[in-house]
Amino acid sequence: MNIYKIVWLELLNRKSQLISGILAITLGIAVIVAIQSISKVSKENVAKKLDNLGANIMVLPQGGSIDDYYTSDIDAPTIPMDYVERILNSTIQGVDNMSPKLTRRIKVGENSIVLTGILPKSEIASKPLWQNSGLSGNDVKASCAPTAGANKSLGYKDEKLRRKVIDTLQRLDCIAGSQAAKRLNLKENSKLSISGKEFNVVKILPETGTVDDDRVFAHLATVQELLGIPNQISAIEIMGCCNAISEGLLGKLRNILPDTRITTISQIVSTQIETNQLMNKVSLVFLIIIFFVGSISMGNYMWANVNERKKEIGTLRMIGASKKTIYQLFLLKALFLGISGGIAGYIVGTLAGLILGPYLAGMVVQPVYIYLLWSVILSIIIAFAGTIIPAYMAAKIDPHTNLQEA
Amino acid sequence: MIIKVEKLTKQYRHKDGLIDALSNISFAVEKGSFVTITGPSGSGKSTLLLSLFGLIKPTSGKIFFNNAEISNATDNELAEIRQKHVGFIMQNFALIPYLTTIQNIMVPLTLEKIKKNEQWERAMEVLKFIGLENRVNHLPRELSTGQQQRVAIARALVHHPSVILADEPTGNLDPALSLEILDFLKKINQTKGITVIMVTHSPVAAGYGNLKIHLSDGHLSEQKVKESVLVS
Repeated sequence: MNIYKIVWLELLNRKSQLISGILAITLGIAVIVAIQSISKVSKENVAKKLDNLGANIMVLPQGGSIDDYYTSDIDAPTIPMDYVERILNSTIQGVDNMSPKLTRRIKVGENSIVLTGILPKSEIASKPLWQNSGLSGNDVKASCAPTAGANKSLGYKDEKLRRKVIDTLQRLDCIAGSQAAKRLNLKENSKLSISGKEFNVVKILPETGTVDDDRVFAHLATVQELLGIPNQISAIEIMGCCNAISEGLLGKLRNILPDTRITTISQIVSTQIETNQLMNKVSLVFLIIIFFVGSISMGNYMWANVNERKKEIGTLRMIGASKKTIYQLFLLKALFLGISGGIAGYIVGTLAGLILGPYLAGMVVQPVYIYLLWSVILSIIIAFAGTIIPAYMAAKIDPHTNLQEA
Repeated sequence: MIIKVEKLTKQYRHKDGLIDALSNISFAVEKGSFVTITGPSGSGKSTLLLSLFGLIKPTSGKIFFNNAEISNATDNELAEIRQKHVGFIMQNFALIPYLTTIQNIMVPLTLEKIKKNEQWERAMEVLKFIGLENRVNHLPRELSTGQQQRVAIARALVHHPSVILADEPTGNLDPALSLEILDFLKKINQTKGITVIMVTHSPVAAGYGNLKIHLSDGHLSEQKVKESVLVS
């Protein structure tokens, strides 16, 4: 026999207490796991929505300003196109998407418009309003699906059925903002002549309420060639992970692009950071409440256990158990309750998340296996926090208590 | 000399002032003695017994065990002495209710971190000595009071103590069982040479001692020596 067996036999001897002790921790951990599992999915959903706010970092030429970028003066400074490569080749984390562009105000007939050169694939990713307007791609008709047998030779896979129209922007294609289209009297599939080049208008953007409404977009390489400023761009719009921004993404970018001005679009970044912080705070508040409720429940259980076992503790002290041994008996019990409560809490909480997630949050929740480890650790901490004082009091019980009760 | 007590005093604080539970008690016990402590209720018998190995802290005085002073020993040192050298037998048996007979007997060996096989062998040995080898896996509630007290005796013996302290060991037993238990204690004392110090109300039980200490109002009022016992 060893001390573990004594703890185990005592636990089995008081089954109803054992169940209520484990239940106290299990419920607490289950609530945390369920909330965390659902909020993890919520965070991911919110993160996606936050990303849709668009670019939040601007890389501008040294001495340039955002005003220069928006007004697109003829002599506005530029930066080399190579800077995009420089970022791509670096080890910097947190750059979700880059959109290099060259903008210049030009005359089309009597009208002044801003011609903007873009790289189609990167531009679409940073323009949620464009995506919402259908530019992100039309679903290929069912008849085109390889599983339907048709057009299989094209090599399409089912998961790639969504083709982005913007991806196919050709060298002489252009997209017109709503206001620009009105002023230039453009329609889809009409022609637009700029500096002697004939562009096909492939899309008229719906009104977005942004500067994009007054712009005409064409392929970056074509615009560079048309304006006679090859391999130069006006700015790089970056969609940076907001956590990475708060962890110094701007500084890292400045290190590799020393002769540029790098700035954040503060409203977007602050919204992203504030939303994340709010969600983290809500989780933390729940965690603190559960920690205290769990610890107090465990303390209450242990305190009752100590009072019930005074005679037994007196006997053990009488026959030679040290205070440390008594302390160990209760802490081992707490460890057992913590481990089992943590595992049970994880299972119950995960199941609750899986079942309730779609109803409460309208989202599918997946089990997060790392939470099992955190559940057990947190559960042990809660069990110990509730046990320390009762165990200390147990160790202080007079050994002769046993003799006072005949 | 296995135990020597010098001017042992124990005072309890009360709202009316200090109460002397023990007052200047002195005596000595030779190894292998059978000591009985008698006296009326409240005379300090149990306080004296429990003070010997630190279960109650005396207010003043000295206690020597095997010629070493233990009255100033720390709590852990006293626990270790009790663990290795002292067996306890109580009126209420003090068995742990959720442990079987054999497990209760093995508790002192568990505290001493004795290997499992040896624990089992030694526990079975004492179980046979007390005649309960057919009650190995019984819980205390499944045993008669006499059997429970014999298990308590087995637990007191299993770690080969040099002293057994017994506080009214027959207090909860009928006369026939009392005699059986007293005979057991005498047998342990005589065959194993273990010193027995027993608190009792019973004149019959007191007759088993070869050193009889009588207390009244916390004072040692009488000592009678039957055989080779030193008295200071």
